Amino acid sequence: MRYIYLMVILFLVVVAVGCTNQSRITGEIVKNIEDIEIKGSDTLLQLVSNLAEAYTEVKPTARISVTGGGSGGGIAALINDEIDIAVASRSIKEKELKQAEERGIKPWEFIIARDMLSVIVNEDNPILKLTIEQVSRIYKGEITNWKEVGGKDQKITLYGRQSTSGTYVFFMEEIVKGDYSAKMRNMEGNQAILDAVKQDQTGVGYVGIGYIVDEKGNQVSGIKIIKIAKDEGSIYVSPLEESTHSEYPASRPLFQYLSKKLTKDSAIYNFLMFELSNEGQKIVKKSGFVPIIAEDREHNNELFD
Amino acid sequence: MNCLTKFRMIITSNHRNIKEKFIELFFSATGIIALLILIGIFAFLFITGIQTFTEISLTEFLLGNEWNPAAYGEPKWGILSLVIGTLIVTFGSLVIAIPLGIASAVYLSEIARPKIREIIKPAIEMIAGIPSVVLGLIGILFLSPLVALIFGLSSGLNAFTSSIIVGIMVLPTIISISEDVLTSLPNEFREASLALGATKWQMIRMTLLPAALSGIVAAIMLGIGRAIGETMAILMVAGNSIAMPVSFFDPVRPMTANIAIEIKEVVKGSLHYEALFAIGLVLFVMTFVVNLISDVIIEKQVRGYKW
Repeated sequence: MRYIYLMVILFLVVVAVGCTNQSRITGEIVKNIEDIEIKGSDTLLQLVSNLAEAYTEVKPTARISVTGGGSGGGIAALINDEIDIAVASRSIKEKELKQAEERGIKPWEFIIARDMLSVIVNEDNPILKLTIEQVSRIYKGEITNWKEVGGKDQKITLYGRQSTSGTYVFFMEEIVKGDYSAKMRNMEGNQAILDAVKQDQTGVGYVGIGYIVDEKGNQVSGIKIIKIAKDEGSIYVSPLEESTHSEYPASRPLFQYLSKKLTKDSAIYNFLMFELSNEGQKIVKKSGFVPIIAEDREHNNELFD
Repeated sequence: MNCLTKFRMIITSNHRNIKEKFIELFFSATGIIALLILIGIFAFLFITGIQTFTEISLTEFLLGNEWNPAAYGEPKWGILSLVIGTLIVTFGSLVIAIPLGIASAVYLSEIARPKIREIIKPAIEMIAGIPSVVLGLIGILFLSPLVALIFGLSSGLNAFTSSIIVGIMVLPTIISISEDVLTSLPNEFREASLALGATKWQMIRMTLLPAALSGIVAAIMLGIGRAIGETMAILMVAGNSIAMPVSFFDPVRPMTANIAIEIKEVVKGSLHYEALFAIGLVLFVMTFVVNLISDVIIEKQVRGYKW
């Protein structure tokens, strides 16, 4: 009998809690909920989630869902007309533009932040710096031993992302400038690369800057961040140093794509304005990325008219 | 018997007939639906997958050993290294699971005391209930560093680690079916062997295992089907390199993992999308052949050996 009482009380509590939530939703928010579906880059997942969260605090009627799956996945979903905004850590490919056109979609491109793509090795690796050409030859499989670039006599183990990843494509097209070595291990995300390199003395990997610094701006332990130079004559730059960000060779813009032209004061327009505002860019910085530069703003402004 | 009871009897028997008919209809309908679903899946796979070959030749697809649809230069569409990845992991997992599985089944049915069996058998069947993503996590965080340490490798994300993980997943299938088959053998077999002066080991080896062979083969075949189709755990521990594997300690990219990775980025109706379905078709054919072989073996065994 006691149990039955307990069950009844429990049931009532559950119902009561359910009701209050319900009434809050129906009472205030139901009037015009604005749904925004965002999907894409894993590198940017945390950043966009943070932006969405901050935005819903300002504007509680917005209901934003953010999912990962890689830049390629986001753009494919945009072309398949499943989402509102695709997040990408690379620009849209020629082939994808054509596919979008066939479906009557003309993607609009905005730059919302910048990333310093960082090359990392295990902390026991004595290597401190590499040129772009060396990184490229390592990832093409032409340099296979660390001693060829001044390290220990150890075979190099390559870690990279899957082909769905924008980081994969950007690194291939801008740094490697050729096909990756077929021996590269294809990992599921930035974190997986980070973990693998932490465990592997011979490993080398590439990750977004958001993954190598924690919330307080300290570098994560177990890895070493390589300084990179454009060529042998130029200076070697660390992605961590803010003053030399403009000279870092693997700096890349991070994009959001829309499937249609913006109409003023639509839900998506307002969210985008928030992302590009000072407040939004503060969150970008807090999430470990780099705010957009003047050139990026110009690029964006052409699309607002 | 008056008229009323007679009438009542007709009614009830009619009623019963209708009920019977209805139940019959219901069961045949569910059977047909299962068949239709199977045919539908196959047709979908076939129709989508077959379109690949308007642009890629069948020989290039099956015998090319480079798969790289997102290449810097020309995309490559050969699935040989993926097929070999699947075969290596399947083979490795069976090398682990078959001896272990049969030995455990023999132990459980012939040697273990009933009390111990009651504890161990459900425990083994619980392994089948572990989600494969959990086994994959264990593989990444615990097993692969261990494998790297023991064999002096730079990374433990390779075919060997995947084989262990898949072997563990296949084990419960092999153990529990083999054990059921062994237990179902008539007791006369044991009594007759022992009466002829056989030791327990001789009885198991020369009488029980041959008699149970068809069932054990069926168990192994089911295990192979599971191993070929396993995706999530493999995706996490196989390393997924596209290079042709030459040893057990090379990273591999089995067909299932490849589909799971790339289906996220493809645009519906593109060549890449169709090619992934073509890989699915190859997988389907492989498991179909495995099932066919097991059916033939079981049929033969049953006909040749009846008790």
